[in-house]
Amino acid sequence: MDYSCLLNQKIQNLKPSGIRRFFDIANEMDHVISLSIGEPDFTTPWHVRQEGIESLRRGKTWYSPNRGFAELRSQISNYFARRFDVEYDPEKEILVTVGGSEAIDLCIRAIIDNGDEVLIPQPSFVCYEPMTVMAGGTPVIIRTRSENEFRLTAQELEAAITPKTKLLILPFPNNPTGAVMRREHLEEIAKVVEKHNILVLSDEIYGELTYGRERHVSFASIKGMRERTIVVNGFSKSYAMTGWRLGYALGPEEVISQMTKLHQYAIMSAPTTAQYAAIEALKHGDADIERMREEYDTRRRLIVDGFCRMGLTCFEPEGAFYVFPSIKISGLTSEDFCEKLIYAQHVAIVPGTAFGECGEGFARVSYSYSLKHIRQALERIEIFLSEGNKA
Amino acid sequence: MKKLLDLLNDNAEFTTAQLAVMLGISEQEVKKQIEDYKANGIIRGTKTLINWDRLPDSGVRAIIELKVTPKPETGFDDIAKIVMSYDNVENVYLAASNSYDLIAMVHGSTIQDIAEFVSKRLSTLDSVIGTATNFVLTTYKQGGICFTDDGEEEEQRSLVL
Repeated sequence: MDYSCLLNQKIQNLKPSGIRRFFDIANEMDHVISLSIGEPDFTTPWHVRQEGIESLRRGKTWYSPNRGFAELRSQISNYFARRFDVEYDPEKEILVTVGGSEAIDLCIRAIIDNGDEVLIPQPSFVCYEPMTVMAGGTPVIIRTRSENEFRLTAQELEAAITPKTKLLILPFPNNPTGAVMRREHLEEIAKVVEKHNILVLSDEIYGELTYGRERHVSFASIKGMRERTIVVNGFSKSYAMTGWRLGYALGPEEVISQMTKLHQYAIMSAPTTAQYAAIEALKHGDADIERMREEYDTRRRLIVDGFCRMGLTCFEPEGAFYVFPSIKISGLTSEDFCEKLIYAQHVAIVPGTAFGECGEGFARVSYSYSLKHIRQALERIEIFLSEGNKA
Repeated sequence: MKKLLDLLNDNAEFTTAQLAVMLGISEQEVKKQIEDYKANGIIRGTKTLINWDRLPDSGVRAIIELKVTPKPETGFDDIAKIVMSYDNVENVYLAASNSYDLIAMVHGSTIQDIAEFVSKRLSTLDSVIGTATNFVLTTYKQGGICFTDDGEEEEQRSLVL
């Protein structure tokens, strides 16, 4: 039977994630040392897990309100004011979602009409482009550059704006580059955003994982930007809660209410057990965040130094848990480099091109692994380079 | 600088250069810190963790519990020092327990060897009023390191982006 005429044309045209093939190679191989996974290696702190278990023990197994439990929204509001200095009304400006990903999808769909342009800085997480297409929008890619440490500049933004531009995606701290936008950079972006009257989806899922001299600055905290910004955040990265699937969106009532309609028809409500656990995380989890952040920072220092010593230069990433070394000295494309590396030394890293064409010449390396694991991987990569990467 | 000790405790093979990078201090400072720790008796030595069970004829190990009458002036220290002085004694601890006071980890080539050591060398000591010998059958974990293969951390995370 020929399904192609029966299936949605837009979805059929979506490219499957370019990274799949790579994972398939890794899966078939023995003794692979992977530095490719994009989630914390820590398990959810025990006191958080306990609250999830306790809620089940008490039989709390029903749907939650569409927007999420009031107590959770109130804790999210406290948390965001405490950590990032922006206040949101728990009743009207917060929506609890199934991971940050759902919030991104809802936000794009709530804003974008057919033909609207969405500005997507790349390299970046893989979902923005397909979600824009599915919403009927046109993705406009902005290539960020290693000379700028993969930050988005006001000039690059200005150059990409047209009368059709409606939304800018601001994916910082960035997966895969580890780039962060400091306050002064955000202020420059804010001027352009204001001038052209566009909205911003600020994906701040890695907001708790910054390591430089400054903490993460939320784009919503920049003067005049709160009313133009939908902040996406969640529990996955900061509290090591990926499997619980819980995120949230913060923004003006007008936008959140539209997103809530979509959410209530498509999803109904976020997982109940996860919400009970998340309340505990927000109440008593600040120390856990700090403990994990310090551990990531130690690994980050080791891995950046390791790559630089090998000649795979990388700028110092100040956020998330990725480094994005240049592999240009090998003379290979990103894909070839990663493929030869996995066959020759059984080390799995992700080609930069998986995150946009402008990732060519780079690879994403995750340091969400133990120090021992990172050391072994670095040793193998060094051998690979010294053998002239003949595989 | 407890972090330095945590890192060394985790893995003694880090080079001073790697330690310096991870801690964000100079290599000189790392070296000086380590010297200080040694001088203050905080770092007592560096050894390799060996799973002797994997070698044929590598002997046996036992945990010996000793019930001891403490001495008026020196408490348990004197008797601990005597127990420590034997080369086949690896670890000695003073315990807070109802049933015994000192715990010694000893090795020997055979079970008889250890039994003899306990009955002739330890039980006969003046202040020792009782012993219990526990032979070790399997070492699962030691010094924070897993000694069994199935305990090796297996990657449980899925490959997703």
